[in-house]
Formats: sequence, structure tokens, C-alpha cells
Amino acid sequence: MGVNKYHDAKYYTNRELSWISFNQRILGEARDKNIPLFERIKFLSITASNLDEFFMIRVASLKDMVNAGYQKRDIAGMTPQEQLEALGEKLHEQVHLQYTTYNRILLPLLEQSGLTVVKSHEELEEQEAAYVDRYFESNIYPVLTPMAVDSSRPFPLIRNKSLNIGALVTKKSGKGELEFVTVQVPSVLSRIVPLPVKGGQKKVILLEEIIERNMHKLFLNYDIVCAHHFRIMRNADLTIEEEEAADLLKEIEKQLKKRQWGEVIRLEVEKDTDKRLLKILRKELSIEDKAIYPIDGPLDLTFLMKMYGMEGYEHLKNAPHVPQPVPAFPAGCDLFEEIRKGDVLLHHPYQTFAPVVNFIRQAAEDPDVLAIKQTLYRVSGNSPIIAALAQAAENGKQVSVLVELKARFDEENNIVWARMLEKAGCHVIYGLVGLKTHSKITLVVRKEEDGIRRYVHLGTGNYNDATAKLYTDIGLMTCRETIGEDATAVFNMLSGYSEPLHWHALSLAPLWLKDRFLYLIGRERDYALAGHEAHIIAKMNSLCDQDVIAALYEASTAGVKIELIIRGICCLKPGIAGVSENITVRSIVGNFLEHSRIFYFENGGDREIYCSSADWMPRNLERRVEILFPVEADELKQELMHILEVQLKDTLKAHVLQPDGIYEKVDRRGKEAICAQEVFCQEAREAVDKKKEEAGRRVFIPEMHHE
Amino acid sequence: MKTFAAIDVGSYELRMKIFEFSGKNRMRQIDHVRHRIDLGTDTYRTGKLRYEKVEELCKVLKEYADIMKTYRVDAYKAYGTSAIREMENMSIVLGQIEQRTGIRIDVLSNSEQRFLDYKSIASKGERFDQIIEKSTVIVDIGGGSIQMSLFDNDSLVTTQNIRVGVLRLQEKLNRMNAAPYQMENLINEIAGAQLSVFKKLYLKDREIENIIVVDDYLCWWAASQGRGTAKEGCVDIAQYKEFMEHLRQVSRTESAVELGITEEAASLLFISAVLMNHIVDMVGAKLIWAPGVTLCDGIAYEYAEQQKIVICEHDFEKDILACARTISKRYMGSKKRAETLEKLTLAIFDSMKKIHGLGKRERLYLQIAAILHDCGKYISLVNLGECSYNIIMSTEMIGLSHAEREMVAYIVKFNHDDFIYFEQLSRRSVMEQMSYLTIAKLTAILKIANALDRSHKQKFKDAKITLKDRELILQVDTAEDISLEKGLFADRAEFFEEVYNLRPVIRQRRRF
Repeated sequence: MGVNKYHDAKYYTNRELSWISFNQRILGEARDKNIPLFERIKFLSITASNLDEFFMIRVASLKDMVNAGYQKRDIAGMTPQEQLEALGEKLHEQVHLQYTTYNRILLPLLEQSGLTVVKSHEELEEQEAAYVDRYFESNIYPVLTPMAVDSSRPFPLIRNKSLNIGALVTKKSGKGELEFVTVQVPSVLSRIVPLPVKGGQKKVILLEEIIERNMHKLFLNYDIVCAHHFRIMRNADLTIEEEEAADLLKEIEKQLKKRQWGEVIRLEVEKDTDKRLLKILRKELSIEDKAIYPIDGPLDLTFLMKMYGMEGYEHLKNAPHVPQPVPAFPAGCDLFEEIRKGDVLLHHPYQTFAPVVNFIRQAAEDPDVLAIKQTLYRVSGNSPIIAALAQAAENGKQVSVLVELKARFDEENNIVWARMLEKAGCHVIYGLVGLKTHSKITLVVRKEEDGIRRYVHLGTGNYNDATAKLYTDIGLMTCRETIGEDATAVFNMLSGYSEPLHWHALSLAPLWLKDRFLYLIGRERDYALAGHEAHIIAKMNSLCDQDVIAALYEASTAGVKIELIIRGICCLKPGIAGVSENITVRSIVGNFLEHSRIFYFENGGDREIYCSSADWMPRNLERRVEILFPVEADELKQELMHILEVQLKDTLKAHVLQPDGIYEKVDRRGKEAICAQEVFCQEAREAVDKKKEEAGRRVFIPEMHHE
Repeated sequence: MKTFAAIDVGSYELRMKIFEFSGKNRMRQIDHVRHRIDLGTDTYRTGKLRYEKVEELCKVLKEYADIMKTYRVDAYKAYGTSAIREMENMSIVLGQIEQRTGIRIDVLSNSEQRFLDYKSIASKGERFDQIIEKSTVIVDIGGGSIQMSLFDNDSLVTTQNIRVGVLRLQEKLNRMNAAPYQMENLINEIAGAQLSVFKKLYLKDREIENIIVVDDYLCWWAASQGRGTAKEGCVDIAQYKEFMEHLRQVSRTESAVELGITEEAASLLFISAVLMNHIVDMVGAKLIWAPGVTLCDGIAYEYAEQQKIVICEHDFEKDILACARTISKRYMGSKKRAETLEKLTLAIFDSMKKIHGLGKRERLYLQIAAILHDCGKYISLVNLGECSYNIIMSTEMIGLSHAEREMVAYIVKFNHDDFIYFEQLSRRSVMEQMSYLTIAKLTAILKIANALDRSHKQKFKDAKITLKDRELILQVDTAEDISLEKGLFADRAEFFEEVYNLRPVIRQRRRF
């Protein structure tokens, strides 16, 4: 029957619904009693910021499709309208669960731990009230911009994601006519305002409560009838007409301003908001009832991340893991020399990201280095990499940097860096028309005694030293000729030159990568059909490419054992009789964000293992520049294999996807308690100790007297 | 260790390869940059390059210059081929480019270009030697034309240019609005006519065992056959036929995906494959070898040779001479007389090295001129000089540049006709004064050698030549009557004296 049988919609899960259950798993962490309280607060905060992004991008684009009358069904057979409806229900449920978690579980626990969050200003004690009023006058008042709406003043622009207080007021001298006024809660001030300490109990109150309490001071000639918090979310999916945009940089700056004006797709209001006020908001923001979320608690829970950062609660957090040195690179070593000895694998954040930064730093200073080429996607603020690249250009190296301006939500950041690099004399490419450059590759060309040698760093994660402490990623450093030649070809292509005649080691999206994956999966299928053992282990963030899933179904049917470790979205349904009974899917949600992509293929015993910047998603395989690279050194292959094996054995943080689409925690009966991330932390520390031990064993050998 | 950049300004692509030469692994390619730019269509149609194209060319060349700087190259060489060659305002455009990018583009004539291709194939050493042990033809498929070069006894004997290149064919097919199923037939018909003439005139009944193919598309496929093995790039005919059959079955889009090339390249590949198929059938070859070389490799090879970094075992001069002999044979030149002349001229040349101060390459010109001295006879016994000149000027000899060939043609012409002095000649030729002097010197030698063999009876075959004071003594041991030679010698000797300020004298030592 061919592959078509596997394209049937009933074998697929809608990707948005799958995402919701991913966020649900994170919410599960916030509700997990075994996790320290402040970590749980952090997880709750993450679910909130995730939801914000989900609304701005995914919900918004579904709305766009509905507005455009687009009827095409997704792989699970749902129209955009159907998806929106299904989502609406789930989203309301999830938000409800967020706030019950906050109100019923976390707040009481915080109180017990000595931190009281004052829910509303009415609950303040007299002294405290006086304190916040003073705080209002001296700190808040000067930065507020109250706005009224009447016939001469139109409804103001409410900024995306901003928190606001809307109020109904009547003129003191008037006839009781209601007027709408609004004020934005300033984002420049900290949302959490500590109150004077009394006894051992710390107390805090949120900024908006203080403003609400002092609303009357903003509208002196008015009586405040009611005041309520509200927050809106706008459609933020950037659509850039690149073909027409002569200067991408300017175009993105323009779009960033436009983002403020996108259609409102969600309105969060306080529970029990005055009906008259709500009516005005609904009308002015032209929003339907389904998109209004009455919230029982503070709007925008991302302030919890700030609370997580509060000092004095270290005992309620996980002991921080310090990224360990990489044994292959002793302190103060010449990285190039070490890489010449053999390929080096980096496993972040268990191991430090420093070698990657040093790689570029050393290259910048090394007189033998001719050129440094790098792709940058999301760069941290104050990035040492940027500084090193600028330094290299000043030292006369040829430095080419591809800065991806289209990295979502990071555009503003990226523009600043791009400009700075240009000023330093780097050759900056602002991405490719129609494609996002998502690959992470650095090439250092060095003139050595025996000729040109190329050093390459390939990674699964961004060149961002800040996220490298939080995201799990794999990096490879090598000077293999095959990879070096391909890396040169990659940069030639990124500079606009023609593709190379053939590739030695790397596979590139959007041109070759998907075919490569389909080939690799197909090869396992053929081995299985020929009666050999066939096995695929793939770890990634998301799986939703239909062709790949269909190929996996086909391989499973042929008898290939397929183990998937997928953190987020998974549109594949495991365990369907006759389709996917040989496929298992597990998701690991832990302290670190699982981000590495590792692909293992049994290949009839001649095992192959790859890493990539790409997920098995259409956007990665078809609309982005991505790289798949093989890890060829036996020792490193074993290391990667070990990483996969430990993750497959995780019994604490893993959730297993059931045929009905529900994720369940691993049944731990009779199994050892294993947390993969913990194991890796431990191993990274042990590797360093072992190295130290070896170094310590070194003894001087005295020269003996000769006859 | 040296780093070198080779730039090929082709008719549809601008390429640069960076090479590294070291004692250890000799020649290593470290970068290959290609930029698609169609220069051919403009020049072929209008003779000029549009302003935007010049802009683009400058922009990319400027980038190439930057890349060269990155690798700190020791030298570079940029060559333009047909698209530049056929430009009416070539010098203006090239001047502008040099001014703006700092890159000087030299222009290759067709035979020079093909010679570089040939050299890069020959640089493959052992494999090349093995292949040409058997009768072989090199098929060099370009955008505008195909060059067919024939080997006999491990020397290249004939080379012919046939104007059915892939781009030219594609343009024709587009104009005819050909449907995919008609393509193969049409290509066979267009190319077939010209190829069959080649076969009739040059191949005759010769059995060809091997084909060496140089192109941009077939190589792609061929190189993937047996990659990494000793047989890399070698394809037997059964394999080729299978590939051809497959190409007929699938669409261009499909073949592009299969081979991992662009659709545009896939349709050019198809044309190339049909042409190849036609040639395979025509010559009955058994093996195809795609060494996967490009002009850039040839340019680098030439540089390496000049720098004495590599020395090729293959004797290219032997090819040129074999080629000259084939031409002489074609025009029914007398083999015996040519041999005598060759011997005589070279003996004279060698005996007066100090006087003429010419080198090995000039000696080769003289030798070729001796071989071809009477080729024009085939057309006219009266206008011998002019006809010989024309034949030589329109027959390519791989390994000899256009300018060199012109010198040979003039030497042969002036052997028969009156010498034209530089002051007059320079009015209609771009020839440099140095070349002109060489022509004069070599003509003088050929002239007296020719006089010595006036009777065509090889009386002076074993002449002994010595230099004494201001005389060049040509001593001959023969019992035959040499009064004809002696009598007519004065005329010829005059020119020799004019050129060298040296009097040639005939002495006969009669043997009884």
C-alpha cells in the first residue's frame, strides 16, 4: 500500500494540542511535591511565559488562517477553526490549573516558608499601607502616564503584553456619567515590592496593587467607581516581505514597531471585573468572549521568575550545578593543539561552554589564524563571543558572521550586535532571504606548517553563553578534513555562492537534510525487512514532520525498534497496532531544558550517530538552514550512546506517551530511581576528579647514577 | 609551501579554486567558490556585456580578491574564455575590471583553454598513462562547443572543435520549443551531422577503446561511481547505458533530486548525457573516465609547472609534433622530404645556438614549420605560401597557443614567399617585435635548408655543418651532382646573410 497508508489523519496528533500537553508537563513539575518550592515557582513562571509566546505565535497564526478563510486541514485532519475551538477549551483549563496551583498550593507553602505575598492592597496593615503610599509618591507616581478616554481623546494604544489598570470614573462635579481611564503598570519598576520586615516573616506586594490603591491620586477631579487589572496579547507573528525589503535590517525595525499594533487575541482580566468596564474593553479591543480570560490572581505570572531570584531562599532551591571543565582541555591549553589530538565532544550544561568562547578568543589572538566564520542565532547580552569576533577583525583576521535577524523575539537584540560587529570590521551577513539560519557552526582557518588546517565547532545549541548554562546541548570540535571542507562549503553557500559539487560529511537543510533523514530511516527499514536487527534512537525537541513520521511508521511496521526522546511537541502516536507498536516516545522535562538533538541508527551493526541543529519539523527541514553532522570517533560515539541510554532509563523526570495521547510518568515499580540530568551532572564532576587524580599520580623520575 | 588562486571567468559561471602546493601532498584544493553569472548569452548575442553584468562581475571578483587575501595567496591567475574572447569591447571591459578589482583577467584562446584542460587530465599521472595506452579520445564538453582530441600511440594526434556545446544546444532546443520526449532525437540530429563529419574525416575505421570526458555535469555523476575506490570516476559502457536509460525514464525534477543538483543543471546534464551517448555509439568505446578536472585545475597545474613545483612525465611536445605530422599526412606532404628538412634545419639550428640565441621552444617551432612546410601544396602549387599559412592558421594544435601557431604559419609562408618586414607587417598584425625577430631567424634557417634539398632527393641529408669565422659551412659527402642546389643557393643565402650577417657556404667532398 506504500507510505500513503501512514498519512492517515487518525495516526497523528495535532501539534498545538501536543504543545499544550507539553506545557501541562511543566505545570506538573510546579505541582510536584518532591521538588523544592522555589523550583516549583520557577516552573510555574515558565508555563506562563510559554503560554504568552504560544498565544502570540501559534494562536495568532491560526486566527490569521481563520480570518483568511483558509480551510486546509492539518496532519491530524483538523481545520484551523476546529483547532482554535479545541485549543480554547484546553487553554482555559490550563490557565485555571495555573492559578489553582498558585493560590492553593504555592502561596500557602510560601507563607509557611516565611514569605507572604499580600494578595490585595485591602489586606495591608495600616503601617504597611502608609509605607506603600510613600513608595507610590516617590517612586511610582513620576513614571505613570494616566490616560482618559472621551470624545476628544480616542482609546489609547494598549501595548502588547503590558499590564494595565483600567478604571471607571465619574467627575466629582458632574452628573455621574461614567468615563474610562487607564494607566499602564510601568515595566521599568520591579513588580515585587518588599514591605518593611516585621518579625521573621517577609512580606511582599505586587506593584499593580499599590497603583490601584492610589488610583484616585492620578485622577484628582474624579471619583473612582471601580479599578481592575487587564493585560492583552497581540498577534506578533512577523511576516516580512523580504523580496521587497531591500534592507532587511530596516524592515525588521519597522516590523518591531508594528508588533505593538497587531490584532488583540487575548484579554486577561481580573476575576469579577465590573461588567461595564469589561464591555468597554471588549468593544474597544474588538475581542470575542472566548478570548477573554478571567483570572483569579495576579495577571502575568512571569514575575515569579524574579521571585525565584530573591535572595535568602537557597535552601528552597536545587543546589546549583557548576558547569565542569572539559577534561580534554586542561586549563591554559592551546585548544588547536588539543583538537589536533582528536575530536572533542562537549556536553552542556554539565560541561562548561568556556571552550567554545576560548576557541574564538584564541583564534582572534593567534597570528596563524586567517579567518573566522560563524553563524549567530541567539546571542546573549554582553556576549564574550561577539567581543572576541570584533577583536579578531581588529587584529586583521577575516571575520564573517551570519547574524540571523529573524530569530523570534530576539530581533532587537540581534540588530544591536550586528551593527557593532560591522563597526569592528567584520563582514556581516543579515541572514538569507526566505530562510532562517538556525545552524550553529564556527570555522577557524589556520595556516600551519604543513598547510591550511580548518578547525570546526558544530553544535546543537546557540552560541549563547547564558543559555548554555540552562539548555542541554552537544558540541563537537574537530579538525577533520572532511568536515573542514564541508564547513568551508557551508559558508560559501551562506555567502551566496553556489552549492559544492558534493558533501563529504555534513547534510544541510533545506536542500538535502530531509532526504538524508528519510534515507537513514529507510535504510533501517530495509535492514529489518532483510531480517537484520534494526534500531533507531532519536532525541529532539519536537517531532511533527509528516513525511518523517510516516517513514517511522513504515519502519516500525517492518520491525525496526524505534525509541524517541522528544521533549516537546510530538505528532506521532506510539503503540498503534499495525502501525507503530515498535515505537516508544518519552519526554524529559527537568531542571535544564532538554535541547540537544541526537540521532542513532543501527545500520546493520556499523552504527552511525549524528547530532543536529534541526528537529523533525517541517520548518526545520524545509525553511531553515540546518546542519546534521556525524560523530565519527569511536570514543565519542560511545559517549553519545551513553547519553541516550541514560535518558532512556530515566525514571524520575521522564513521561511516557501512551497510545491515547496522554503522557504518564514512568511506572517505577522494580526500577532504580534515575534522573538523567542528575547522572550527567555527577559524571561531569567525576570526569574532572579522575583527570585531577591522574595528574596527581605524576611523579618525578630521578636519574640514577651510571657506571 | 605556496598558495595559489585560479580564477575561471567562464561563460556561465565564475569560479575560483584555492590550491596549496607543498612538498608532501603536492597539490591540494582548499576552497572552491562558484558564482552563477551568465556572461555568454550577452556576448554571443550582442558582442557586448551589459552594464549590470559588468557590475556583478566586478562585485564578485572583488569578493574573490578578499578571499584570496584571507588565504594569503602567493599568486593568482585569472583566465577568461569564450564569453570574454568574443566580446567586441574586451579591452575596455577588462581594463575597467582590473582598475576596480585589482584582478587582471587574461584571455585564453580555445586551443590554450583546451590545452590547460588537457594538462590537468595529464596531471592525473598513472591513471592517465594507463588510459592512453589504448586508443583514446578526450571529449571536452563546454557551454559553446565540444573539443574532440584523438590519441594514437600515447600521443595526441588530432584535435577538433565542434560547435555543439550544451548551452548552445539548450538555447536551440528552447527556441524550437521542444517537448521533453523529442529532446533526445533533436540533440542527436543537430549534433549528429557534425559529429559524423568528424568521424568520417578523422576517425575513419579507428577503434576507440576509451573516452576521457571533461564537463561540468556528467563528471558529477561519474565521480560518484566508485567514489573512494581505485576506480573512482571510471564507468564502463554497460553502466553508462543503464544511467542513460534511467535518465530517459525520470523527469528532470526527479533526476535533480536523485543526483542532488539543481533542476537547471539536471537539464544540462541530460543534454551532456545524450551527446556522450551519441559519441559512445559512434566510436564504440568500452570505458569512460571522468577525471573530474576543471579549467581551474589546469590553471593551477600550469602555475605549478612554471614554479617547478610539479614536473609532469607526459611529453607534451611529442603531442604537438605528432599532431603536426598528422596534419602533414592529411595534406599529402612528403614524409621523406619532411624528415630531411627536419634534420637539416635542426642541425643548422643547433650548430649556431650562440648566434641566434633561441631556445628549446623556438626549436620546436622550426621543427613544426619543417614538417608543415609544404602542406599548402594540397590546395595550390602556385599559391603554396598563402595556402600553407591558411591551413596552419585554421588547424588547432593542442599545446600551441594561437600566437605561436601564427609564428609557425609565417615561417612556412615566408619560406615560399617574399619576406615582409616588420615595419610593414606590424600594420596588419598585432605581433610583437620579439616574435617577429624569431620568425625572421627561423625563416632564414628554413629557407637555406629548403634550398639544400631543392631536388627533393635528400642529397644533403647527412650534411655536416660547422661555423667558421663569418661563414656557415655546409659540407656534404655525396657523389651526386649538386649543381642545382649550388646554383639556386645564392638567392636563399642572401636572406640568411641579412638576418645573421653570416654567409652560408656549400662544400662538397666528393666520395669515389
